[in-house]
Amino acid sequence: MKKSEFPDPFENTRESKGYGEMDDQDDPVTMLLRHKDVRKSAHNYKTFQSGATPGRIVIPSEVNIRETRQIPFEVDPPVHGIYRALVEPWFKRPLQPEYQEKLAEQIANIVDEVLQEDSVEVVTDFALKLQSRALTLLLNTPFSESETWISWGTHVFRSEGEALDGDKANILYNYIDAEIERASKNPTGDMYSILLDSEFEGRKLTKEEVKGVMVLTFAGGRDTVINAVTNAIAYLAEHPESLERLRKEPEITGKTVEEMIRYFSPLTQMGRVVTEDTFVCEHAAKADTRVSLCWASANRDAKVFENPNEIVMDRKINPHVGFGFSHHNCLGATHARQIMKILLQTLAEKVGSFEIFDCKENIEDLHHFKRKVGFHSINMKFNPLTK
Amino acid sequence: MAKITFITSDEETITLEGTSGSVMALAVDNGIPGIDGDCGGVCSCATCHVHVAPEDMEKTGSASEIETDMLELDDNADEYSRLCCQIDITDAIDGVVLKVAK
Repeated sequence: MKKSEFPDPFENTRESKGYGEMDDQDDPVTMLLRHKDVRKSAHNYKTFQSGATPGRIVIPSEVNIRETRQIPFEVDPPVHGIYRALVEPWFKRPLQPEYQEKLAEQIANIVDEVLQEDSVEVVTDFALKLQSRALTLLLNTPFSESETWISWGTHVFRSEGEALDGDKANILYNYIDAEIERASKNPTGDMYSILLDSEFEGRKLTKEEVKGVMVLTFAGGRDTVINAVTNAIAYLAEHPESLERLRKEPEITGKTVEEMIRYFSPLTQMGRVVTEDTFVCEHAAKADTRVSLCWASANRDAKVFENPNEIVMDRKINPHVGFGFSHHNCLGATHARQIMKILLQTLAEKVGSFEIFDCKENIEDLHHFKRKVGFHSINMKFNPLTK
Repeated sequence: MAKITFITSDEETITLEGTSGSVMALAVDNGIPGIDGDCGGVCSCATCHVHVAPEDMEKTGSASEIETDMLELDDNADEYSRLCCQIDITDAIDGVVLKVAK
């Protein structure tokens, strides 16, 4: 099997019964596996709520390590919509040309750096750096902050061999608390200051609410972006014809980004708490239990996608749910899409080929399913394009 | 060459001309408010929702099955709804009027 192949562990169960089951810290989850069910349930916020105990809709559950409600993520409509409208313009800034120019400069610099090296560990020495530096643009904070975030490692909640690490989460929470205090005393044009100055139903956002938005921003775009970047590079390394195609047909880059998000599905699933006894795929789902919307499975549903297990770079119709679906679709998607688009453009422009030396796969253990979501490490060489 | 008129949610009327590509791309390139086209036109984000003027439906055609699946979960959708990334600019759609849904 190629290193950049990501098998679909859900296929048989999705087709035979449509749902899977997994245990998670004694709070079991019924996983919805079909595209149609995932989209319908994502839309039905009344029966499948996000505004439960903070951390409960995340799988693995963060109930034991977090009290702060992530906003707007863990709030249901209609209040969700008010928060969302408040933060959305800020998260659409990546559409501005000057934002894209700065991002392109960051990515060009990091690609130039690795082109000098004989061996690069892509997760730590490329993707983590790229993600952290790009986050300074999204937050509009000094570039030097990225050094602190890089020092935290690849996942702000997880560390090697342990699904949930409370100490590591505290590093993030303490950092955000300190930043909010700083911005409260000396406001700048950064995201903390803008949020502290925002109006919610005739009052300013509280510090706890600002923290909720900031925790979401840090946590939601960390390992997801790192995996998307790393996996894309692994794919191009093993498919030189695809890299060549991006050079010759740059107009397909946007479609290739969407297709990679579908195929890699950097976020496997997201939970919801059931508010009333109901059925999913003829299976009873009781009130106060959890279901999950399994984006990764829905994105391989052969009822919707032809050749679901292949990357079709110019897939024209691609209703993937890699950024979620409906009310709670990914707030950071605009930023993530720009990162991926500029990354592919820059690699096509500067890199002639890649060599993969060795890698350690990152396999998620979902009880009955084992899903490859990325790499713990992958050592490679980037060879410059010689014209 | 086709002339396409957008009516935004602020009731502003903007007429653009295009020769090729999708209506969504034309709208995004010209900064039509309410049309974001986040996914670049592959029918995955529903941020390019328009209501076609009833008399123009014959020119644009109705939504495809995948579009309908996207739109059926939008409370604001009706039989004149289209995702304009799925409408190609050709002479055939000259003169259409599109009301931006968002």
